[in-house]
Amino acid sequence: MRSLLPILAVVAAIIALWYGATVWLNSQWSYDQAARAGVEISFSEMVSDTMAQERPVLPAPHQVALGLWQGVAGQKITSKRSLVYHGWITFSATMLGFAIGTGLGILLAVGIVHDKAMDMSVMPWAIASQTVPILAIAPMVIVVLGGPPLNVPPLLSKAVIAAYLTFFPVVVGMVKGLRSPDGMQLDLLSTYNASRGQTFWKLRLPASMPYLFASLKVAVAAAVVGTIVAELPSGAVAGLGARLLQGSYYGQTVQIWAALFAAATLAAGLVVIIGVIERSVLARMGMAR
Amino acid sequence: MKDTAATSPVIEAKGLGLTFQTNDGPVHALKDVNLTVEKGDFVSFIGPSGCGKTTFLRAIAALEHPTEGTLSVNGMSADAARQARAYGYVFQAAGLYPWRTIAGNIRLPLEIMGFSRAEQASRVEKVLALVDLEGFGKKFPWQLSGGMQQRASIARALAFDADILLMDEPFGALDEIVRDKLNEEVLKLWARTEKTIGFVTHSIPEAVYLSTKIVVMSPRPGRITDVIESPLPKERPLDIRDSKEFIEIAHRVREGLRAGHGDEV
Repeated sequence: MRSLLPILAVVAAIIALWYGATVWLNSQWSYDQAARAGVEISFSEMVSDTMAQERPVLPAPHQVALGLWQGVAGQKITSKRSLVYHGWITFSATMLGFAIGTGLGILLAVGIVHDKAMDMSVMPWAIASQTVPILAIAPMVIVVLGGPPLNVPPLLSKAVIAAYLTFFPVVVGMVKGLRSPDGMQLDLLSTYNASRGQTFWKLRLPASMPYLFASLKVAVAAAVVGTIVAELPSGAVAGLGARLLQGSYYGQTVQIWAALFAAATLAAGLVVIIGVIERSVLARMGMAR
Repeated sequence: MKDTAATSPVIEAKGLGLTFQTNDGPVHALKDVNLTVEKGDFVSFIGPSGCGKTTFLRAIAALEHPTEGTLSVNGMSADAARQARAYGYVFQAAGLYPWRTIAGNIRLPLEIMGFSRAEQASRVEKVLALVDLEGFGKKFPWQLSGGMQQRASIARALAFDADILLMDEPFGALDEIVRDKLNEEVLKLWARTEKTIGFVTHSIPEAVYLSTKIVVMSPRPGRITDVIESPLPKERPLDIRDSKEFIEIAHRVREGLRAGHGDEV
């Protein structure tokens, strides 16, 4: 209860600001329409109009909520207008990319920690890869992979973009985590004459778990962003990214905002799920108190 | 038979030197160290910080590599002895894995050394009893006090039955009362297991109370200034520390430390 109150207070403040902005930004259109029709409108008429426009500059919160509700519950989930349908398309590509990126990230981290040459060579490239704007690289990847002669299915080519954003936090976190055991713990294993493999499985890997989960939370949110960006230029007709783009083509601001909130909810949900897995894994490992 | 065993020392250092190369030039951590440790000895290394006592213990464990002289452990090189798992090592901190239970931590060396599951379980029970931690096997380290954690780490070092036990200021971080109790327990353990023990400390009473042989060291360069064979009997109640012999040995250790220190303190 005590933790809920501040959250609700912030939400209320945001909604209040949002309504204020709605009136301010949409009022021009209301006055213009009234002038065109040759009528005078009062302030209260203007306010109620700004909240009910079909293509407002900024939709009011309740319009977005309604759009979201209709998108989720107002259609069959197989409908092209269903946010569940588009969300699922985005979700599946996100998960595939997240899995690929996480696997790749862990493998690279293991290599970096165990091999000096990889340590020197891979890390700079991994960092360089993230300095390239994803917005620039995504269309090229989609075109190269998606078109002939490769003809990779859209699910996979979107997943590649998601993986591209996912692997980096995983590499950074896992390198840190695998290196987290201190000298004394490594010395201890040396007194047992433990092999490198034993050191990895019995010390480095378990020690890296808290770092891995911290990275995964960052990575999964990045994977959602990567997938949505990949859905923008591909001429895709499905996915939250495509829904965003269509909304902007036709000035359907409510649709854009609804898709935006759906994407944010998806990302937040995934972060929460990873948090739950983290807590249960660390509790089982005796590392959560 | 007894004679041959007595004549082949467990640890033998001859003219041992160890120099670390640092950015500020070479540091002589050990210089011309000669020491013989017989089977069943309880040897304490005492001296101010920087005297090389920990470095010497680590050299015996092949965690540091001497740059001069020879060092043999169980008749072989220190590194061969390490590979033969000749010793158990207890560090200053318990260093238990937080993700393993106490039993799981003690099982760690057994898993690495490939003991069977049944053997692992029976050995864990045995050493838990040896350090008075019966019934704590299923607890996680953070559920135990510092003293209990250090006892668990001793159990871990004992689990695979190495003949030598090397302890690097194992009770340095514990309070006096706990330390007294653990000292008593270590003596009992030593009597029961007949291991050869190397023990680093900076506490004079601890060194005198525990040891059959006290090695006094001094810094810059790290070297041995005195080796005292203790005349105290093997059976040592805590109040032996008020006896005349005890006070005499403690005095000699203190003198040795002062002489080694020169005018610096």
